[in-house]
Amino acid sequence: MTTNEAPLQSENALLESREQQTLGAYIQTYLQRVRAGALGPLPIIIGIVAVAIFFQSRNAAYLSPNNIVNLIMQMSGIALIAFGVVFVLLLGEIDLSVAYVSGVAGVIATILMRPPHNLEWYLTVPIALLAALGIGTLQGFLITTFQLPSFIVTLAGLLAWNGAILLLVGAGGTVGIPASPFREIANVYLPPELGLGFVVVLVVAYAATQFIQLQSRRAQGLNAKPITIIGIQIAILVVLAVGVVLIVNQDRGLPLIGAIVIVTLIVLTFITRNTRFGRYVFAVGGNKEAARRAGIRVERVRLYVFMLCSFMAGVGGIILASRLKSVSANQGGGQLLLNCISAAVIGGTSLFGGRGAVYSAVLGALLIAMVENGMVFLRLETGWQFIITGIVLVLAVIVDSLSQRSQKRSGLA
Amino acid sequence: MEAPPLLELKGVSKRFGAVQALTQVDFAVRAGEVMALVGDNGAGKSTLIKGIAGIYPFDEGETFFDGQRVTIHNPREATALGIEIVYQDLALADNLDVVANMFLGRETMQGIQLDEARMELAAIETLTSLSVSTLRSVRTPVAGLSGGQRQAIAIAKAVLWNSRLVILDEPTAALGVAQTRQVLNLVRNLAAKGLGVVIISHNLHDVFECADRITALRLGQKVREFITKETNQQEVVHAITAGALQYVPGMKES
Repeated sequence: MTTNEAPLQSENALLESREQQTLGAYIQTYLQRVRAGALGPLPIIIGIVAVAIFFQSRNAAYLSPNNIVNLIMQMSGIALIAFGVVFVLLLGEIDLSVAYVSGVAGVIATILMRPPHNLEWYLTVPIALLAALGIGTLQGFLITTFQLPSFIVTLAGLLAWNGAILLLVGAGGTVGIPASPFREIANVYLPPELGLGFVVVLVVAYAATQFIQLQSRRAQGLNAKPITIIGIQIAILVVLAVGVVLIVNQDRGLPLIGAIVIVTLIVLTFITRNTRFGRYVFAVGGNKEAARRAGIRVERVRLYVFMLCSFMAGVGGIILASRLKSVSANQGGGQLLLNCISAAVIGGTSLFGGRGAVYSAVLGALLIAMVENGMVFLRLETGWQFIITGIVLVLAVIVDSLSQRSQKRSGLA
Repeated sequence: MEAPPLLELKGVSKRFGAVQALTQVDFAVRAGEVMALVGDNGAGKSTLIKGIAGIYPFDEGETFFDGQRVTIHNPREATALGIEIVYQDLALADNLDVVANMFLGRETMQGIQLDEARMELAAIETLTSLSVSTLRSVRTPVAGLSGGQRQAIAIAKAVLWNSRLVILDEPTAALGVAQTRQVLNLVRNLAAKGLGVVIISHNLHDVFECADRITALRLGQKVREFITKETNQQEVVHAITAGALQYVPGMKES
């Protein structure tokens, strides 16, 4: 606390901050924040690099173009579901029903295509997504209207939607998806030029918005990010995005669902950072009472978040069903729930509410897919895979807890 | 003729079941003036400001704002009149930065996007106009600020909205010496900007330092109104603890 009580320096420190920030000062502030525990995506990136090095050293085929395409396929469903989990965690709540809600969506979209319904996929998929949204509305309504703990309501949902899947599919059964674009969503790859064009457009658009923002902030005399930093960030993005696409283009190309994940990431990131709703999600997660007094309709924000979470679970469920080209009585079961919540947490979204980012869903899902996939490469039993994922999860929560504590100490959290 | 007070309450009363929380209280605040509200625990200070804020309306009495008779039914109506209250627990979201907190619930938009640049400029302008000088950046999360700085943000937040009357509930209660001084300066700055200020405090030293007038409440009644320059702490303490009551507590007025 005392360190922040800067002396009554000059006339006004705020005016000083309006001067252009130098590169050195920017880096210094960043390092200060990292030392104080505001780590951002740093731990998960280190984790991903470490896991990549480990498996690559055991088997040179791990980072082959073929397997990188597999990794993208494997992470996509988890990432899409985890996007919604991030929002719920930002509120300081939990949604335990996401896995079976995703299952319900996959099952509904499939069953309605088959006799006796014989509906077209472009009807069944939206119906399935609406059903997911309806489930989220119901759960959110119960949580906000009766002030029930989200843990309990979504635990009840976990049971009930599991039951619904069993009834719809029939115990032990498997139902194939009739031939349709729905069955193929997860098995389509962008042609090489299209994949490359896609990321180039995104990178250019990102660079453009960064520079426009820089210009406008400078024009208004506000503190702006040093141009060197923006340049470095764009350079890293170009190398990563274009690099990955060039690699996957040597194999099947960029999976369509990978592109869907990226577009969703951009849209949801915009919502969290640039819109009123996103601001309110953080405010409610940070201090519910403050949000209420500021005139924010707290319960409505919470309802919308649970709706969004179930909807994203539905989207993920469609993709997961499509990957297997069928749905089973165990749809949404197994360790899917664990993977989706772990993905958000491992990626750096705090379980304590108010801190996190949408990208953590993608990074966390990537790490989980990498471990899962690497285990297969090493021909280790599934048991080991669970144990290692469990250890990674605990590590992530320890990092979260420690960084929270050290941020509190240095007054950042 | 003198301009009417910014806010004037005439004979307001409030009863909670069997408890008469306020009895026939007159209270007035002028623009550009700091009015301190003092009294022991249970004297009715909180009831009075909550009534002004519209959290629960008075049972009896009249409220005048700018000389116009008004009835404030809920907090939104109070805000619409330009009345802002800074509560003791400051109601800031720790994870958000200073700008986000100051604009919380009333963000400046540019289409569907938050207009961060405009909000940042307005925040800096307001803080500068109040001579809040210890803040290094308006983009630091509020959690990183000291108690005095947080109080300053909460007050600046109230000022941002062209408010005309700011009510501060125990603004210096948890602060050290230097921080208390900053906050008291800030309170004077508010008055200097032409706002009406009501400050509730138990600390008479602070009250004498920043208030122009002092209203002493005791057992839900107004004991006396002092002009700070013409009184001393002893007189005020006496009023708070043993001031003559006009109405006998528990009895209907005759």
